[in-house]
Amino acid sequence: MSDFTHDAWGIYIAVITLVSIVACAVLLKTFSTKRVAPGEKVDTTHHTWDEDLSEWNNPLPLWWMWLFYITIVFGLIYLVLYPGLGTYTGYLGWSSRGQYQGEQEKAAATFGPIFDKFLKQDLKAVAADPEARQIGQRLFLNYCAQCHGSDAGGGKGFPSLRDHDWLYGGEPETIKASITNGRNGVMPPQGAAVGGDEGAKNVAHYVLSLSGRTHDSLRAFSGKARFNTACAACHGADGKGNQTLGAPNLTDKIWLYGGSESNIIETIMKGRGTNMVAGGVSVMPAHKDILDGGKIHVLAAYVWGLSNVGK
Amino acid sequence: METQSTYNYRVIRQFSIMTVVWGVVGMLVGVFIAAQLIWPELNLAPWLSYGRLRPLHTNAVIFAFGGSALFATSYYVVQRTCHAPLFSPALAAFTFWGWQAVIVLAAITLPLGYTSSKEYAELEWPIDILITLVWVSYAIVFFGTIAKRKTPHIYVANWFFGAFILTVALLHIVNSAAIPVSLWKSYSAYAGVQDAMVQWWYGHNAVGFFLTAGFLGMMYYFIPKQAERPVYSYRLSVVHFWSLIFTYMWAGPHHLHYTALPDWAQSVGMVFSLILLAPSWGGMINGMMTLSGAWHKLRTDPILKFLIVSLSFYGMSTFEGPMMSIKTVNALSHYTDWTIGHVHSGALGWVGMITIGSLYYLIPRLFGRTEMHSVRLITLHFWVATIGIVLYIAAMWIAGVMQGLMWRAVDPDGTLSYTFAESVKATYPYYMIRLLGGILYLSGMLIMAYNVWKTCVGHKPVDAPIPAVQPAHG
Repeated sequence: MSDFTHDAWGIYIAVITLVSIVACAVLLKTFSTKRVAPGEKVDTTHHTWDEDLSEWNNPLPLWWMWLFYITIVFGLIYLVLYPGLGTYTGYLGWSSRGQYQGEQEKAAATFGPIFDKFLKQDLKAVAADPEARQIGQRLFLNYCAQCHGSDAGGGKGFPSLRDHDWLYGGEPETIKASITNGRNGVMPPQGAAVGGDEGAKNVAHYVLSLSGRTHDSLRAFSGKARFNTACAACHGADGKGNQTLGAPNLTDKIWLYGGSESNIIETIMKGRGTNMVAGGVSVMPAHKDILDGGKIHVLAAYVWGLSNVGK
Repeated sequence: METQSTYNYRVIRQFSIMTVVWGVVGMLVGVFIAAQLIWPELNLAPWLSYGRLRPLHTNAVIFAFGGSALFATSYYVVQRTCHAPLFSPALAAFTFWGWQAVIVLAAITLPLGYTSSKEYAELEWPIDILITLVWVSYAIVFFGTIAKRKTPHIYVANWFFGAFILTVALLHIVNSAAIPVSLWKSYSAYAGVQDAMVQWWYGHNAVGFFLTAGFLGMMYYFIPKQAERPVYSYRLSVVHFWSLIFTYMWAGPHHLHYTALPDWAQSVGMVFSLILLAPSWGGMINGMMTLSGAWHKLRTDPILKFLIVSLSFYGMSTFEGPMMSIKTVNALSHYTDWTIGHVHSGALGWVGMITIGSLYYLIPRLFGRTEMHSVRLITLHFWVATIGIVLYIAAMWIAGVMQGLMWRAVDPDGTLSYTFAESVKATYPYYMIRLLGGILYLSGMLIMAYNVWKTCVGHKPVDAPIPAVQPAHG
């Protein structure tokens, strides 16, 4: 369907709107002329249906008539003051976009100084400030808790922010970069590269061995060679991961998508973060267009503080 | 006249009984999803999950319960006020079986997850086509009967039923226009904000014509009949009829305040919603004032209680609606449970009670009786339903305003004071009260079902004779 961009449409709709409102008033006026004189008895319309159904012909109640007129007059005044008649923008120049921008500017003027104060401080100093921590917690609960949990403990596919294990690095500035620009971690499916189901199982046992878990050593031995060709490029030959790529460390006890044999095989075969079925999209959205610099600064300090302040 | 000297009550009996059945079913689903909001564990299986049962609830109460009630009463009223039997009994029978088929198909496809995703128009395109066929047949039967009338004038109730039938046809066809990609999947013919506007033009007029104009038709017959008084003002009925059907058409954009819909369209929607107040109240005044000189009947007649209290709820909701359409009020109320409270004061209070009152008048007459099996049970039903409604809407009002205030509350540093989950947690007590209100209203329907059962069983269906002589004028 095409958009109605021609100016004539504005006139068209404005005329219809006005005629429609005036038509209500004309209808009302036409039927409210007759009043009942004092002492006069109201008659019926002299029509009868279904044995006993008939209608009095009482005049319109005056209060109701005036209520109707008042809403009509209010409507017309409103359409003079506010946008409503086609392309006419209204006497007051109000727009919903303008109202939003106005409220944003007012908020920035009121609350900006609070955040400016923190922006001038180092992230670690902000993290130690009790006031900043309270603000940071409220921001975290509204913008981060949906995925990372209100206790920041994370969940399957969503990293915990309370431990010292960081996919992309745990320095305050790195955390700030993660919040600002987001992160997009993708593990591609490796089924073919590791040699199908059997190969995936062998590699999984090798991965289990990296963190010292129960494993089939024969399978782990056969899996090692496949790991070196298919996995080491990102996870490193020692399996300790690579924070530049966001490749997780496989030698610790922390598992983003689960650490059982079947979880690991699923990760190898289907990949992670490539589709909704296999564990969802592992995208951390960018917040630079959602939150201003001051709020991101306070938030980054709060997140860093979760595992570094008071411990 | 030799072959058809009686009114056709068969299809009316069928629709009346199914109104009670679907009322119980639809409200039971409502009670269940209200419980799911308190105990999410009740989402026992995908087909029993809230997201699929909620549209089943709305479709069941609006189109199965409300729709069957409208078919039953409009067929009764149009025959008796036209002094003519139904035009084409075969088509009338088709509307019954076709409409029941639509309901059963809805009850199967919605839990299976088939949906067009358009609110109150979720059914997929093959069912939409069946609805269209049934509706066109309905129009032929209704207007055919009007055309064959033996009375010189068309009674006011039929104006409202007629407007409802014509407009719903228009709304359904325009909003359901879609491009099928398979038997059970289609995409809307419109895109983006235009799709949203068409949807809410439909959505609000479903309220305006299905749930208001149609039930005003019911009101204009059953209130003067039960009160045995003439309608208060013919003149008022003319003004409020034309202004109501004309103004409702514009009100849809108030569902899209502060969205991508252009500001001018939002303003026009708001202005016409405000102008709608007086035309809506015209119907309430005409119904209530019909009782003037017979107010004492309210004390003893539970059917009249249902009919008049329904008008009170109608007046209340149609005041609340224009108020909520004001942009600044809407900024608080939109997306909260206040909207749910508003809808249910209209649905349980107005639509439900006018239907229940009308059926208590109608059903005994369809079985050759003068009144229901138990009048005391009607009184009991009235009080149980009234208390249920009050609990329901009061809980949702408080919950809605609380949610709106919590969502906008900010701390001195400008950050939001509450998370969304905190507003959900704060709503639990009100969800409990709402559930209780819903259970009470459902209990009332079960009392009605028992009373209807005792009224019908063992009594022969009777088709009343059409008066042979034209009633004298005046």
